[in-house]
Amino acid sequence: MSLAAHVAGLRRARGRRRQRLGLMLLALLLAAAALTLSLGRSFTPPLDVLRVLAGEEVPVASFTVGELRLPRAALSILAGMAFGLGGAAFQTLLRNPLASPDVIGISSGAGAAAVFAIVLLGWSGPAVSLLAVAGGLGVALAIWALAWRGGVAGARLILVGIGVSAMLQSVTAWCLSQAPSWTLQEAMRWLTGSVNGATLEQSRPLLAALLALGAVLLAQARALETMRLGDDAAAALGVRVERTRLVVALAAVGLVSVATAVAGPIAFVAFLSGPIAARVVGARGSLLAPAALVGALLTLGADYAGQFLLPGRYPVGVVTGALGAPYLLYLIVRAGRSGALS
Amino acid sequence: MTAGPVAEPVPEPIPAPAHARRRLRGLWLAAGALALAGAAALSLAFGARAVAWADVAAGLSGRVDTLDAAAVAVRVPRTVLAALAGAALGLSGAVMQGVTRNPLADPGILGVNAGAALAVVIGVAWFGIESVEAYLWTAILGAAAAACFVYAVGSLGRGAATPLRLALAGAATSIAASSLVVAVVLPRNDIAGGVRAWQVGGVGGASWEGILPALPFLLAGFALSLISARSLDQLALGEELAAGLGVRVARARAVAALGAVLLCGAATAVCGPIGFVGLAAPHLCRLLVGVEHRWLLPVSALAGAILLLLADVAGRLAARPAELDVGLVTAFVGAPLFIWIVRRRKVRAL
Repeated sequence: MSLAAHVAGLRRARGRRRQRLGLMLLALLLAAAALTLSLGRSFTPPLDVLRVLAGEEVPVASFTVGELRLPRAALSILAGMAFGLGGAAFQTLLRNPLASPDVIGISSGAGAAAVFAIVLLGWSGPAVSLLAVAGGLGVALAIWALAWRGGVAGARLILVGIGVSAMLQSVTAWCLSQAPSWTLQEAMRWLTGSVNGATLEQSRPLLAALLALGAVLLAQARALETMRLGDDAAAALGVRVERTRLVVALAAVGLVSVATAVAGPIAFVAFLSGPIAARVVGARGSLLAPAALVGALLTLGADYAGQFLLPGRYPVGVVTGALGAPYLLYLIVRAGRSGALS
Repeated sequence: MTAGPVAEPVPEPIPAPAHARRRLRGLWLAAGALALAGAAALSLAFGARAVAWADVAAGLSGRVDTLDAAAVAVRVPRTVLAALAGAALGLSGAVMQGVTRNPLADPGILGVNAGAALAVVIGVAWFGIESVEAYLWTAILGAAAAACFVYAVGSLGRGAATPLRLALAGAATSIAASSLVVAVVLPRNDIAGGVRAWQVGGVGGASWEGILPALPFLLAGFALSLISARSLDQLALGEELAAGLGVRVARARAVAALGAVLLCGAATAVCGPIGFVGLAAPHLCRLLVGVEHRWLLPVSALAGAILLLLADVAGRLAARPAELDVGLVTAFVGAPLFIWIVRRRKVRAL
């Protein structure tokens, strides 16, 4: 066998393995969704769940599954996918596993804008989401501009992001201090990230954003992969580097902002999905689709754990925050060991 | 080591520039003391409630016949607390920047304040602590644990703890700690109201009963930090050179760090987490008096006190008739400074 054929064979095998692992993730997600739909405070037989999903009227199950569990699961999955996609896109784009939207302040931009709209302007619904998206985009641009000194270096971008996010948190805290005390608890819950009381209507803008922007991101996946080789190499291979970077950054910021506007900044999902996906399917090749699946799985699982598995009930953001923090430290330690940050 | 302490007999004539520099530093120290007095006066005179001068005088002399005079009387412990906490945070930031040789070190950025706040919240929720002394001990333990943790994580692996790695470790610890604070408090409706105090620091509720128990800790912290000035100067030359000069590097670091942790732990226990004062004060002072810790440390303490007093006054005036917590003001003003410092440095130095 010639060398070229051998390499091609290996590639095909790796591709098949990735496909298999990807399908496994998908199956896992479906199984988790089935579990959360049928088993809550009470058990609903899978057959009843299917009948509710098919639109039939089933006593009791129509309410518990159709009104409570389904909207919640849908929102968890969609928000998790959006965070996972956005996070992996940023990490790939900036070639740094730490440069996820929640660490460099884009989530806090969207969050600050949303809290401002809810508390001070008294807005609700789509208007809040729009302002949150605008806030996320604006903050992303501001960080980019502030980190610009004849080029954007990853280290400077991250540190500027940490500073910007500290400032935005003070704005958010100020907005909250203006809130009447009866909305404060609600606003705090929102800020930690929660899918409590989700409705299918809430999921609609998120689904639209996910379909549109997710398609844009996946269409750029190949170019993004090539750009991991470095800008010059990518340009030589026919990638329009600047355009790809702009499109990917805008789409990822949009996704994260919409998800934040609907479900709150669910801590660390954007940050964790990419690295976990890389662990599962291998670091070569695009991580976007696997990261979206991992994000959905994480959010769904954390929400379920927060509702039923832990003593007391916690919003999903608290669970992912508590889960994610040690993992983040582990990542820093590992990145430090391999010298990726120094 | 050209400029010795003023009182010491000088063996040979010091060149004129050193003289001039020393006089300049003395001037800055005096100006700082004056500015501190001015800031304290502002803090007493201006607040959420506009008060006539006669009532200010009455409130200060202890007569609280009118509502306005009573308002001024309440401002006295508040002013003292702001000055003390500001001095503690400014000095603690200067020492941390010296110990870690990291220009971005600050009790807030390194997650030490968040660790202290988490410890207190856990103590209140799970162990039912109530006394001010218990708050102080818990906060200081939490601050020490967080400081060790962040420094260990930041310096694990190859190479030294770069500012980027320490800042990331601190940011991660802060996010983790605040997540955990929410997790601890959410199921407890009885203490949920007090959580905000542990997320945003403020000096609004100051009372003498709250301040006095913290004084011994603050004094110990000031003393440990100030006696570390000399070894911090030597550590600034690099570990090997410092060891060559006879410094016991590990011990000197531990003493200085203990001082810094005592200071910011005690300040956090009384006020809640207040960020960026510890970052801003030393950077301003380095521009004024240079990098020698003998001067930098006391001037940083002065500057920290002035900054926190001014931030508190600004917070009271900006949101009349309500107030802004001083932690909000310092973060809003301090974060741009952080970004400016980051922008000034070369990428390699991060």
